[in-house]
Amino acid sequence: MPITLYLKQAPAVPLETEVLSPDVISQLSNTEIRKLTVYHGKRQVPLEEFFDVDGEHSDELIIHGDLNKVRWIGRAMSKGSITVHGKVGMHLGAYMKGGRIEVHGDASDWIGAEMKNGFIHVHGNAGGQIGAAYRGSLAGMKNGTIIVDGSAGLEVGMRMRRGTIVLGGIARDFTGLQMKGGTIILMSGAEIRTGAWMNRGTIISLKPLQMMPTFAYASDFNPMFLNVYAKQLKTYGVTLPYAASAGTYQRFAGDLSVPGKGEILVWQPA
Amino acid sequence: MLKITGGKVYDPANEINGQIKDLCIDDNGRFVESVSGGRTIDATGMIIFPGGVDVHTHVAGGAMNFARAMTPEDHRRTQAFIRTQSRRSGLGGMAPTTFATGYLYAGMGFTTVNEAAVPVLSARHTHEELADIPIVDKATLTLMANNEIMLDQMQAGEYERAKNVVAWYLWAAKSYGVKAVNPGGVAAWKWGSDAKQLNDPIAGYSSLTPGKIVTMLATICDDLQLPHPMHLHCNNLGAPGNISTTLDTLKHLEGHRAHIAHSQYHAYGGDDWDTMCSATSQLAEYFNTHPNITTDAGAVLFGDTVTITADGPWQHLLYKLTGRKWGNLDVENETGCGIVPYTYRPSNLVNAVQWASGLELMLLIKSPWQVFLSTDHPNGGCFWRYPEIIQLLMCADFRKECIAKLPDKIKNRITLPEIDREYTLYEVATSMSAGPARALGLHQKGNLGIGCDADLVIYEEEIDIARMFSHPRYVIKAGEIVIEDGDIRETPHGREFLVKPSYAPETDEFMRPLFEDCYTMQFDNYPVEIERIENPDVRILPGS
Repeated sequence: MPITLYLKQAPAVPLETEVLSPDVISQLSNTEIRKLTVYHGKRQVPLEEFFDVDGEHSDELIIHGDLNKVRWIGRAMSKGSITVHGKVGMHLGAYMKGGRIEVHGDASDWIGAEMKNGFIHVHGNAGGQIGAAYRGSLAGMKNGTIIVDGSAGLEVGMRMRRGTIVLGGIARDFTGLQMKGGTIILMSGAEIRTGAWMNRGTIISLKPLQMMPTFAYASDFNPMFLNVYAKQLKTYGVTLPYAASAGTYQRFAGDLSVPGKGEILVWQPA
Repeated sequence: MLKITGGKVYDPANEINGQIKDLCIDDNGRFVESVSGGRTIDATGMIIFPGGVDVHTHVAGGAMNFARAMTPEDHRRTQAFIRTQSRRSGLGGMAPTTFATGYLYAGMGFTTVNEAAVPVLSARHTHEELADIPIVDKATLTLMANNEIMLDQMQAGEYERAKNVVAWYLWAAKSYGVKAVNPGGVAAWKWGSDAKQLNDPIAGYSSLTPGKIVTMLATICDDLQLPHPMHLHCNNLGAPGNISTTLDTLKHLEGHRAHIAHSQYHAYGGDDWDTMCSATSQLAEYFNTHPNITTDAGAVLFGDTVTITADGPWQHLLYKLTGRKWGNLDVENETGCGIVPYTYRPSNLVNAVQWASGLELMLLIKSPWQVFLSTDHPNGGCFWRYPEIIQLLMCADFRKECIAKLPDKIKNRITLPEIDREYTLYEVATSMSAGPARALGLHQKGNLGIGCDADLVIYEEEIDIARMFSHPRYVIKAGEIVIEDGDIRETPHGREFLVKPSYAPETDEFMRPLFEDCYTMQFDNYPVEIERIENPDVRILPGS
C-alpha cells in the first residue's frame, strides 16, 4: 500500500522537501510523516502544513498537486519509488543513488543532478542542467538513466561522467557542456553549441545538428555498441535506429578546443 | 582570576616536562605566582600544554578569498557552523571562512597564528579579515622578494635604500616580518619564465640573481632587528631534484638567521616525476648542524585541499599537471598568486613521497626547537587535521600501518620505514607551541612562565592521540576559558602583532614618484592606517 501525499496549497515561496524520499519515510508511521520538517523559505514547518498524507510504512510514494515550487523531492534516495502527478520543482532526484522516479507532468531544472544511480522518467518537458554537476563540482551524474519525453533546457548533462540521458523533444543550448563521459541521446536534436568543451562521452542525435567549428567530421559508420544500447532502451520505450539498412551515423570528434576525445553521432536516414 | 591545579604540565620554554604544577592567572590574562579567589579548575590527571602557535598558515586575504570563491563544491559538503548567541555562522572545510577559522583553531588548542603571505596591496583587506577571526592572536608577514621597487635598488647595489624601502613597506602593511617567496621567480613569471637557479640573472634584470636577493633580504631582516627572521619559501618548490636548489639557498644564508617555510616541498631528489624520491636526510643533516635556521614541516596529508601560494609559475605547472581549476592573480609590482584545488592520493607515487617527506623531516631533524608542526595550510592539508600528524609522529606502529598502505614502488624512495623515533609529549609541545613562538620572537607566547600570556590548553589523556589533540577539554586564551567540554564558551577578540622598523624619513618622497609611475592606487591611500588594526600590539624596533 503506497503512501499518497496531496499538496493542499501551492507554497508562496519555494518549499524544500528533501524528506520526501523513501529512505526517510519508509519506516515511519503516518503521524511521524506528517511531523517531518520541511523548509518554507527560511521557516521550518511540519510537512502536514502543506500536504495531506495517506498511508504509512511503505517505500512507494505517490504525490499529487502542482509541485512547481516544491524542491529537492527524492534527494539522495537509494531505493523505492516516487510517482508525481503534476508539475515538479527543481533538484528532483538530485544525488539519488537508486530507485525510480516517474513524473506525469513537467519537471524543472537540475533533475538528477550529480546522481549516482537510479532511474528518472519525466513524461512532460524538463528544465535545464539535467544530470549536471553543481557549480564548482568536477563531475555530474555518475550513473543511472534519465528519460524526458518532452523538451529540455540549457546545459543538459553538463560535466556528466557516466550514465544515459534521453530527450524526446528538442534541447536548448550547450547540451553536453564539458561532458566527461556517458551518453546523451537527442531524439529531436538540439539548439546551438552542442558538446562544447566535451572531453569524452557520446552525444547521439537523430536530427541534424548545427556543429561547432571545433568538431571535426571523422566518418560515416554504424557503431556496434548501438545495437546493445537500442536493445536496452527498447525496454524504456525508446527506439534508437541502428541497422545499416535504415541509415548511417556521421561521426564528429571534439571538442578540439579542449582538446577532447568526445564524439557526436548524427543519424542520416538511408 | 583562575587557578588550575593538579595537571601534568609540559612547558618546554621553562624545561618543565610533565611535572605536576599549579598555574595561576590574574585578571590581566597573565601567569602570576598566586591568586586568591576566582575559579579553580581541577586538572588532576590531565595534560597541560601552552596554547598552540602556527608559524606558517594562510587564513585571510585576497588569495584565500579567491580560494573560497573557487571551491563552492567544498562548501556543500563541509562542516557548517550555525549561528548561536555567542557564535557567528560560517563554514569549515578546505578554506574556512573567517569566523570559522578562529573557532576551528581554538577548538584544537591553538591560540596564535601567523598569516604568512600578505602583499602590501591587499594588506588592508587582510587586516579586515583578521579582525573577523576571533579568539586567536595574529601576525602577518609581508611578501617582499619580488617587489620591483626593492629589486631595482638591489640591482643598483643600493643596499641602504633597499633596507629603507623594506622597512617602509613593513610599516605600510602593518606587518610583523618579511616573507620571501620564490625570490625573483614571481617577478620573472611576469616575463613568462621562472627562476630556478640561484646564480642565474632574473628575467628583466641584468645582474640580479635569486641568490643575491636571499642574502640581501636576510641581511636587511637582521639589520632591522626584526623579531622574526626572514621567512623564506625557496626557489624551485615542488620539483624533483630541488634539494640542490634548497641546499644552495641555505649556503647563501650562512651567518644569518632564517626560517625556511614548508621545507617538505623543497627536499626532493630524482630527475623527473618518475624518479622523484625523498632527500630529507640531506636537508635534515644541514639543519642538525646549523642551529641558526628554523623550519616548519609543510607536511602533506592525503585528501582534498586547495593549494594557494604566491608562487605563480609553480601553480601554473600544477594546473597543467592536474587539469583542475586554476586561479592566477597579478599583484601589480609586488608579487603574484596562484590557486589550484588539489587531491593528495596515497596511490599517487609523488603524493606518497610528499607525505613521507614531511614526516621524515620532523623525525630526522633532532631538535624540535628547529622544526615545527605545519601543513602550510591549506597547501599540504587543512590546519584542523594537525592532530593526525601528531598521531603519526607519536606512534611508530601507526606510521608503519600507514606506510604499508602505500604502493610497493615507494620502497627505496623514502627513509620513513627505517625511522623508529617517536615524539614525546614534551617534544610535541615544543614543536607546536614553544618552538614556533620562539622562532617568531613572541616571548610571551608558548610559555607558561610568570608574566607570559595565559594561553594554554588542557587535554584529557587518551590512548587515541588524534582524538586527544582534536578535542581538548579546556582551552584558555588570555586567562579566559574559551573552550570547555568541547563547547565554545567565549569568543574574545585577539590581538595583532606588528613591528615599527626605522627607515630614513626621505623614503616617503623617494617612493612617491616611483609609486605614482606604476601603481593603480593613490600613494596616500596605500599604507594601512594603524586605526584599521583591531587591538594592535606594536613592537617599536631599535632606531625608530
